[in-house]
Amino acid sequence: MSSREKILADIKRNKPAEVAIPSFEFTATTYDNVVTKYMETLLGIGGNCNVVKDLTEVNKILSTLVKDQEVVIGISELGGYNASEYAFKDAAALEGVDTVVIEGNYAVAENASIWIPEKNMVNRMLPFICQHLIIVVNESDVVSNMHEAYARIKVDEDGYGAFIAGPFKTADIEQSLVIGAHGPLSLNVFIISADK
Amino acid sequence: MKVGLFIPCYVDQFYPQVAIATLQLLEKFGCTVEFPLNQTCCGQPMANAGFAYLTKGCDNNFIKNFTGYEYIVCPSGSCVLHVKEHLHGDNEPASAAVRNNVYELTEFLTDVLKVETINASFPHRVGMHTSCHGQRMLHLSSMSEKVEKPFSKAEQLLSHVKGLELLKTKRVDECCGFGGTFCVTEEAVSVSMGQDRVDEHLDNNIEYIVGGDMSCLMHLEGILKRKKSSVKVKHIAEILNAQ
Amino acid sequence: MNKTIEEHSKAASVFLEDAERAKWHDETLWFVRAKRDKAAHTLPEWEGLREAASKIKEHTLSKLDDYLLEFEAKAQANGITVHWADDAEEHNKIITHIIKKHNAKSVVKSKSMLTEECQLNHYLRDRNISVVDTDLGEYIVQLREEQPSHIVLPAIHLKKEDVSDTFYKHLQTEKGNKDEVYLTRAARTVLRNKFITADVAITGVNFAIAETGGIVICTNEGNADLGVHANKVHIACMGFEKIIPKAEHLSVFLRLLARSATGQPITTYSSHFHRPKEGQEMHIVIVNNGRTAQLGREEFRSSLKCIRCAACFNTCPVYRRSGGHSYHNSVAGPIGSILAPNLDMRKNADLPFASTLCGSCTNVCPVKINIHEQLWSWRQILMKEGYGGAAKKASMQAMAAVFSNSTVFKMSGKMGRKFMSWIPGLVNNKFNPWYKQRDMPEPPKESFNEWYRKNRKA
Repeated sequence: MSSREKILADIKRNKPAEVAIPSFEFTATTYDNVVTKYMETLLGIGGNCNVVKDLTEVNKILSTLVKDQEVVIGISELGGYNASEYAFKDAAALEGVDTVVIEGNYAVAENASIWIPEKNMVNRMLPFICQHLIIVVNESDVVSNMHEAYARIKVDEDGYGAFIAGPFKTADIEQSLVIGAHGPLSLNVFIISADK
Repeated sequence: MKVGLFIPCYVDQFYPQVAIATLQLLEKFGCTVEFPLNQTCCGQPMANAGFAYLTKGCDNNFIKNFTGYEYIVCPSGSCVLHVKEHLHGDNEPASAAVRNNVYELTEFLTDVLKVETINASFPHRVGMHTSCHGQRMLHLSSMSEKVEKPFSKAEQLLSHVKGLELLKTKRVDECCGFGGTFCVTEEAVSVSMGQDRVDEHLDNNIEYIVGGDMSCLMHLEGILKRKKSSVKVKHIAEILNAQ
Repeated sequence: MNKTIEEHSKAASVFLEDAERAKWHDETLWFVRAKRDKAAHTLPEWEGLREAASKIKEHTLSKLDDYLLEFEAKAQANGITVHWADDAEEHNKIITHIIKKHNAKSVVKSKSMLTEECQLNHYLRDRNISVVDTDLGEYIVQLREEQPSHIVLPAIHLKKEDVSDTFYKHLQTEKGNKDEVYLTRAARTVLRNKFITADVAITGVNFAIAETGGIVICTNEGNADLGVHANKVHIACMGFEKIIPKAEHLSVFLRLLARSATGQPITTYSSHFHRPKEGQEMHIVIVNNGRTAQLGREEFRSSLKCIRCAACFNTCPVYRRSGGHSYHNSVAGPIGSILAPNLDMRKNADLPFASTLCGSCTNVCPVKINIHEQLWSWRQILMKEGYGGAAKKASMQAMAAVFSNSTVFKMSGKMGRKFMSWIPGLVNNKFNPWYKQRDMPEPPKESFNEWYRKNRKA
């Protein structure tokens, strides 16, 4: 008998009687002002957030933020879109990337995470190997909690996707928090205001 | 109301004053208290050491002593918990009746007798020690780990005692490290835990440590004495019975 | 690395000899527990979330074979190769085979307690395959040839000076520089290079979704993602209990996991892997290694609900004062103490006794495993099976005999008390562990039973 069959047979023999799949019997906390809550949470975990009018404003800020560095712009509506050039580059070729700008699909106020499917990343490496990460998200896509987020996303729509919450961090040395263990040293989020 | 008084074996042997206070307190609240003379031990020391299968004789003796009492009251959350969860004599209906009728003292006072005033006076600074079994398993007070409404049956009772100033430690409900045979099999950890509890109490400048389980208090007392501290331990029954 | 196993209590007393360090260890982990409390209290629905998580896991265990099959089919359709390993040896063989097939020599591995359980690093090293643990804490302990002492904070037993010395020795950092930012940056430089130059990435799995055939990996450092995305082969290893039925259930588990573990609202990265990227191979190894036996033990099967958050470690007053290595098992702490005897009763018979049964572990557990009750139940089985030794059994039998008979009890108590008041030296000596650091209570003149007979019974 293969291990597969053996394991499955042992499970069948040893598992408990069937228990029904539960429905959630709690009311998840929601926030009246999700953007304020989002910004507060992000600040708490080491990220920065700006609410801007539109992408032109992002463009303006970007030009002051990064100079003479390798920047990957992954949002086609932004000036200088160049992500397609990076789609198939490998890790060694991406090592020098300083800043990556990509779009987030949903931002979650309770934990400051942002859902980014693979198609937004262009190359799975980009949000991880860069030194600085900038994520742009629409105000109407800021939700209160993870239940709302999962209700809106399809986890297997792309081959890969991640909730990203703040810059990489570690506290493995004496529980002292250090931002930037392996990946980005900073995270900046731009929320595009719904008031046009 | 007739009450069968269940006194933990080590209280009977080492802390008779706690048993006397419990008896007098229950009588003050109008109970007719009987102490079945042939009681020994609930069997917990053996069961927690992994030898529950040896406790049958002990369980039968317990059941023999306490059958027929609608209320069995004991000044120890830990012993009550053991009876409630693990008492299994030869006669199952009799065992079930005993398991069902056993109450920890503060729970009996607040929930059954619904005590609202207590005529007691204890003008001292007192540190509260919450014992785990009473708290986390009998739910005699809220627990710091849980998101729940704060309450404490012991504190509710102590709030009636004149002059008593109750102080809590920083880690409000951390275990003292007694743990039955743990206190000798894991001596180093047990003492380290006890010392930390004692130190937090001493930071509060208290005169007494009060609790609902003499086993925890015996452990803390042992540490206090070794430190040559003047701080004493008191069972809650002694304080509620103090004039 | 393969030190002789010492009984927990002995190892704990050695750990406590360095009082200052032990205090630091206790306080640091208590701080993590306090952060967990604070995070939990931000959500009024916390207890409801725990209940939901527990129920989802109970449901899953009851249909585990169905969900594993569903997962396998969906994963295969996603282009993932699924392997099944009945034990640690088979798990290690499968992984070695994949690595060899690719002529790979160098592996980067993110945190996986399962690979610790299977001793994969040794296995690969013995076959000339280099493995680098890329989680910073794991990297530190790996350089020191130690085991992680905590499943979430692997290097929590070490101080900055230890890390500084280790990095000075292995990474040539400045001698004596113990600035955590300096040290982290030094590791960053080395590890980023490892990510880029490795051939294969191994990861653990936090959740495997039956409905979609994908896996979720949660990290703070992003090391799993860096490793996987930079390499041509991804091998993910999971105990079969990692399965959950639906993607929507992730909302419950991700809300609980990091809050329980460190008090963070979520880990920095919660990465969902469903299909390998173009040109990449993805493998998932589903491992049993004793789990079916645990599933068959009615009293202990709910330990398979564990999501490895380590909240029970941080809250355990015994763990905090004895350190992870005293548990001589890949998973330490209260949950390790109920998992380990299933793997080897003889070797781990001491672990269920490394607890006061205070119950705090059960209260913090995000999936509501009745850990303290299972510790109690393991004690019963271990002693019945004779792992307590003859002497212990004899003393317990004596105690049982005394407590079964009230006359003998009255005698022995009285004798014991008298013994103590007459010859305190006999009891209060170094052979009595109670007396080593504590005094005995003052024996009273009479027991309550005697008092009662005199004062009330007359």
